[in-house]
Amino acid sequence: MIQAPTKNLKIILAKNLQKNYGSREAVRSISFEIESQKCFGFLGPNGAGKSSTLKMIYGAIPSTSGTLLILGKEMKKEPRGIKAVLGVIPQEENLDPELNVLENLIVFSRYFNIPRKTASEKALNLLNFFHLKDRGNSRVDELSSGLKKRLLIARGLINEPKILILDEPTTGLDPQSRHIIWEKLRQLKHQGLTILLTTHYMEEASQLCDDIVIMDHGKILRRGHPLRLIEEEVGKEIIEIRSSSPMIEKEIASMNLRYEHIGDVFYIYCENGHVLLPKLSQIEHERVIHRPATLEDLFLKLTGRELSE
Amino acid sequence: MTMIKTLTLRFALKVWQRNFDVWRKSLGVSLIGSLGEPVLYLLGMGFGLGSYLGTMDGTPYLQYIAPGLILSSGMYAATYECTYGAFLRMIHLKTYDAISSTPVSLEEVIAGDIFWGMTKCLISGSIMFLACLTFGLIHSGWAVGLFPLLLIGGFLFSSLAMWITSKAKTFEWFNYYLELFITPMFFFSGIFFPLDHFPKTVQTFARVFPLTHLVRSARDLIQGKIHPGILFTFFFILSISLALFFIAIRGVAKRLIK
Repeated sequence: MIQAPTKNLKIILAKNLQKNYGSREAVRSISFEIESQKCFGFLGPNGAGKSSTLKMIYGAIPSTSGTLLILGKEMKKEPRGIKAVLGVIPQEENLDPELNVLENLIVFSRYFNIPRKTASEKALNLLNFFHLKDRGNSRVDELSSGLKKRLLIARGLINEPKILILDEPTTGLDPQSRHIIWEKLRQLKHQGLTILLTTHYMEEASQLCDDIVIMDHGKILRRGHPLRLIEEEVGKEIIEIRSSSPMIEKEIASMNLRYEHIGDVFYIYCENGHVLLPKLSQIEHERVIHRPATLEDLFLKLTGRELSE
Repeated sequence: MTMIKTLTLRFALKVWQRNFDVWRKSLGVSLIGSLGEPVLYLLGMGFGLGSYLGTMDGTPYLQYIAPGLILSSGMYAATYECTYGAFLRMIHLKTYDAISSTPVSLEEVIAGDIFWGMTKCLISGSIMFLACLTFGLIHSGWAVGLFPLLLIGGFLFSSLAMWITSKAKTFEWFNYYLELFITPMFFFSGIFFPLDHFPKTVQTFARVFPLTHLVRSARDLIQGKIHPGILFTFFFILSISLALFFIAIRGVAKRLIK
C-alpha cells in the first residue's frame, strides 16, 4: 500500500519526461520534482504542454519516454494503486448530468470501493465544505459554472486523495467563484493535501502556489518560488508607458534601460522607479504607471509578449 | 496483455451499476420504449397479416413471429445503448474520462457499458416475452431457453455496436450502421417469413446475419423442437461475441488514449 506522505517528501518525480503526439512534441524531456503538502503550479501559454504533463501524471495518457514516479510508483505498473490516491479535476467539466448533485458524489465513490455509508457521510461533508448543502437534489445542469466547478472539486476529494490535480481550476469563472475556490484550496493545503494545478491566471499562481514552473513549447523555462522568481528575473518595479509616439522606442533605448513592449505599451524594468519616473514622464505619452513587478511580467518576459498561437 | 491485467469484472460492474442507477430513475419511459414498437409489430403484423395468412409453416402467424420479435427487440435495445448511449457518454459527456481517472480502468468502463447493453437486451426481450405469454403465444417450457439466447444476442450486438461507436464521427454516422445493417437484418432474418421463400441470393445474404440464427433457434425453442443445432448456434454466437468484445475495447481505447 501507498504510505501517507510526510512533509517535504518528493511525492512526484519526473525525469526526462517526453510526450509526442505523432510527430508533434508536446512535452520535451522535462524533469521536475514535487514536494508533498505544497501547491505546485504549471504556468504557460496555451499549447505549452501543461495539460499533457498533468494528464501523464493522472494516467489519462501514457508518456512517450522518460520516468514518472508518483509516491514512488510507476503509473503503467500500478495504475489502480496510484489513481486511488489522486483527485482529478479536469479542465472540461465532466460531471454526470444523468445524476443529481449528491448522486454524482455517491456514484463516484463506488469507483473507489468506498462503502455506501461512509460515502454518504463524506458526500454530505463535502457538499457542506463547498457550500452546496442545499443543492444535493439539484440536477447538474441547473448549476452555474461556479457551482459545477465546486462540485467537480468535491467529487475529486471523495476518496480523500493525497494529491489533488486541477487543470485550470478557475478558467471562465466569475471573480466571486474564483475567490471561493482559492480559499477552499488554501484550506485543503493547510490540511496537508498536495495540490498540482495548471493556470494562466498569474494571480491564481501568486495566491496559491509555493512553487511554480513556467513552461513554453513543451519545456520548462524556470522553476522556483513565485516571488523570488519575479525578483530574480524581472526586478522589483515596473514602469509602464503607453504611447503612440513613433519616437518612444528610440527615446527609451537611448536611456539604456531594460524594457520590453507589447503593442503600444512599454514595460521598463527598474529598481528605483521614483528617480526614473520624472525623466520618463517627459516623453510624450498617454499613460504612465509605476508599480511593483508581478508574476505576469515574469511570465510575459519569459514566454514572449507576442501571441504564441 | 496489459489490457487483460486492467480488466476485471468487479470494476466493470461498477460502471454497469452506474448505468443501472440512471436507468432506474426513468423506469417508466424506458419500459414504454422497449415495449411500444415490438408490440405494435406483433399486433399489427400478427392480426393484420395473420388474419389474411392464417398460418405460416403450419404455425398460427402471431405465434410464428413472436420469437423473432422477442429477439429483435433485444437487438434494438442493445444496439441503441451501445451506439447512441455509449457515444454520448464517451464523447459528449466525457463520462469515460471521468470514470477512468479513478481506479476503474478505461477497459472496464467500456466493458461495463457492453454488459449494460446486454442487460438492456435481456430486459427488452423479457418484456416482449411477457407480452407474448399474456397473448397466449408461448406453450413450450423450452421457451425459457430464449433468455440465454437474449444474453448472448445482447453480448453480440452490444460488442458490435461498441466497435462501430469507436469509429463513429457524429451521431448521424450511426445511420449507416442502422440503415445498412440493423434494419435489413430485421427484415431478412426470417422473423416474418421463412427464408426459403426468398430468392437464393437473398437467402445466402440472410445466412450471414447473426440474427437469422438466433431467430431460428428461438423459434425452435418456443415450439419445443429441441436439437443440437441450437447449442451450436449458442456457442458460435458466443465465440464471435467474445472476439468482438475485445476488438471493441481495443478500438475505443485506441480512440481515447492518445
